[in-house]
Amino acid sequence: MASAAPQLPADARGWQRFTPAQRIGRFAIYLLLVAGIVASLRTIEVIPEFLADAPEQVVDLLTRMWPIAWNYYPRGVHAALLETIHIASLGTLLALLLATPVGILAAHRLVPLWPVNWLARLILVASRSVNSLVWALIFVGIFGPGPLAGTLAIAFRSIGFVGKLVGEALDETHAGPIEALRAAGAPWVSVLGFGYWPQVRPAFWSIALFRFDINVRESAVLGLVGAGGIGMALDAALNLFQWDRVALILVAMFVVVVAAEVGVTQVRKRLL
Amino acid sequence: MSHKAPVTPATPYTFPTSRAAQITFALLAVYVVYAVTQLDVSLERVQQGLAHSSRFLGRMIPPNFARAELLWKGLAESLQIAVLASALGIVLALPFGLLGARNLMPPWVSWPARLIVVLARSFHPVVVAILFVKAVGFGALAGILALTVASIGFIGKLFTEAIEEVSIKQVEAVRATGAPFMSVLAFGVLPQVFSRFIGFATYQLDSNLRNSTMVGIVGAGGIGGTLFAAFQRFDYDFVSAILLSIIALIMAGEVLATAVRRVFIDNATLRQLFRRGSPSHDRPLDDD
Amino acid sequence: MSEALIIRRLSKAYVPGKPVLHDIDVAIAAEGITAIIGPSGTGKSTLIRCINRLVEPTAGEILFDGLDLARLSGVALRHARRQIGMVFQEYNLVERLTVMENLLCGRLGYVSPGRAWRRKFPSADIERAQSLLDTVGLAGFANRRADALSGGQRQRVGIARAVMQQPRLMLADEPTSSLDPKTSVEIMELLAGVARSHRIPVLINMHDVALARRFADRILGMAGGRIVFDDAPAALSDTMLKQIYGGEDWLH
Repeated sequence: MASAAPQLPADARGWQRFTPAQRIGRFAIYLLLVAGIVASLRTIEVIPEFLADAPEQVVDLLTRMWPIAWNYYPRGVHAALLETIHIASLGTLLALLLATPVGILAAHRLVPLWPVNWLARLILVASRSVNSLVWALIFVGIFGPGPLAGTLAIAFRSIGFVGKLVGEALDETHAGPIEALRAAGAPWVSVLGFGYWPQVRPAFWSIALFRFDINVRESAVLGLVGAGGIGMALDAALNLFQWDRVALILVAMFVVVVAAEVGVTQVRKRLL
Repeated sequence: MSHKAPVTPATPYTFPTSRAAQITFALLAVYVVYAVTQLDVSLERVQQGLAHSSRFLGRMIPPNFARAELLWKGLAESLQIAVLASALGIVLALPFGLLGARNLMPPWVSWPARLIVVLARSFHPVVVAILFVKAVGFGALAGILALTVASIGFIGKLFTEAIEEVSIKQVEAVRATGAPFMSVLAFGVLPQVFSRFIGFATYQLDSNLRNSTMVGIVGAGGIGGTLFAAFQRFDYDFVSAILLSIIALIMAGEVLATAVRRVFIDNATLRQLFRRGSPSHDRPLDDD
Repeated sequence: MSEALIIRRLSKAYVPGKPVLHDIDVAIAAEGITAIIGPSGTGKSTLIRCINRLVEPTAGEILFDGLDLARLSGVALRHARRQIGMVFQEYNLVERLTVMENLLCGRLGYVSPGRAWRRKFPSADIERAQSLLDTVGLAGFANRRADALSGGQRQRVGIARAVMQQPRLMLADEPTSSLDPKTSVEIMELLAGVARSHRIPVLINMHDVALARRFADRILGMAGGRIVFDDAPAALSDTMLKQIYGGEDWLH
């Protein structure tokens, strides 16, 4: 075809994928990320003896876990599993109840008062940033150990999640029906109920189901700090180094999580 | 003769809920009552707790930053855990995610890959951290490994879903030009999933940052251990200091995540980053 | 006139026992536009896609450049494909990439994956892409994202992408079916221009008979998975069309 090294005309137009300004931005981010990784690698403390020991420890762990202590299930695990599910359900429902007003207050379109919006958003951010395990610690400190602390921990942690997503769903509603209702002189509550709610409803339930699914997983470990559920059985077994019981509990957790996911998928198919 | 339009009596308007929805709500109400009784929640206990909580809050305020060095050390370790776990997790999740895509891979490749990803997701990071503490000892390494596993589970799944949703027509067109497989991936598949990938990679970084503040409770390094110890010693003012720092750290992480998204998805320049603008699109469902 | 493409006894059955293509025998000359017309479902698209193996033929030979395309696989198939440019009904541009990157897709068969990933294409390719953009009337569009273009603009990019391959054969699968009449004519003129200036055969599958008559040098009429008409457009009578398409209401 062409001869080797074709001569380009003097006014050859090159092509750059990104403008210089864009490339500076990309470079800055790359730099930041690489610097972060390198800095972390250099300062992280890894104790070499532990690392060398690892394969032996893993084998030890696995041999102690087998055979799985199936007979422990009815006595030690079953009730705790059910308790975990109750914690997850009630916690999610409570969160829906509490998150709805906060989410509404955070949405500028519904409540056009910036200070209120900011305060509500702060509540949502704080709720999300504090881990459910930490919330559990707090509530165990206040209400004592047990599933009450767990339920509240799940609820308070989920407020931020639900509130934020509901806020985003509210932001994405069509302005048309809202305007029509306002033009007709509808009071604020009616605009909310007839204008926003029908549009947000499918997203709301989808978010609720999604959070429930996550909460089942979270509820299972809250017992490690005393907040009820299967985590308490896990904590007890760990403290006594009864790895065969630990294995049973892990299997039970797995089954519950999978069952919850399957259940949620089924409900989604039917309702949404 | 005048005709008057028939006047219908005013009917009260009720929210039209379907039969199924009514039954569901009724069942839910019954369940709530049942579950509450199961949880051994008495009014007395709640009242006691509320009284307690005012005392509790009193001890938490004002937050005590006296042991700033300890606080800082814990936070730095949590940050390191999050960064390394995210980096490692992303690197490992990409091949697993790709291999699990049923529209690109044969079943004998995709099913094992998907299984591995599902297993990685099934256990709470804290539980995985416990197992790693047993295997590699206390400290940050256990935390990094635990969160890496969690990252693989999350990013692997979302990456596979994103690949399975690509328009196969675009891929077909690139293949028709005679491009080798890797180029078909690079030009046909990756552009379609790239922005979603950045979305959930930054999300996972954020999630790992949150989780890294917690795995310390079981000995896997980071500020969690410091927090747990403070709780056990009833140093509630130190607790509130730690909590505030954690919130600040996570908010900083969110700012970074937004910057990364705006640079790689919206092709923002450095100057545009500093100007306040609308957040970029293509964010996955938030939070874990 | 030598033949560029010889198809012998080509058959395709998606469901065994129900062939969509029955023993197709046709030879495509080295220059000129050949239009394939016929009712929907008659195998036009299947025929075109068998040539570059986007669809696997059940039986038969497709001789191109001395090789049987139906038998190729792996690297040989890729090398054959890069000689064949294809234009799609729905343009099939990679929407998230820019126009320039879509054009450069045409060179992916010639550039190593590593350099392609880093967007290090030979400057001759870039220059050729820029002139092609001028030719198709999209000068200055190089950095626009493909999903920001209209249908007609996208098809121009699609044609430019195919031409970037410097192909020996162009295939077009209903290139104008998603476009309005005026744009359709523009696209057909572009394809005709490419056929002339690059002196390559262009095989177009289309359902607009008027366009086929206007632009094609040769028309193949298909019905029921077989070729029932093979002649110049002038020889395409209404009776013949009735035979191909069945019924006559649509003619008037």
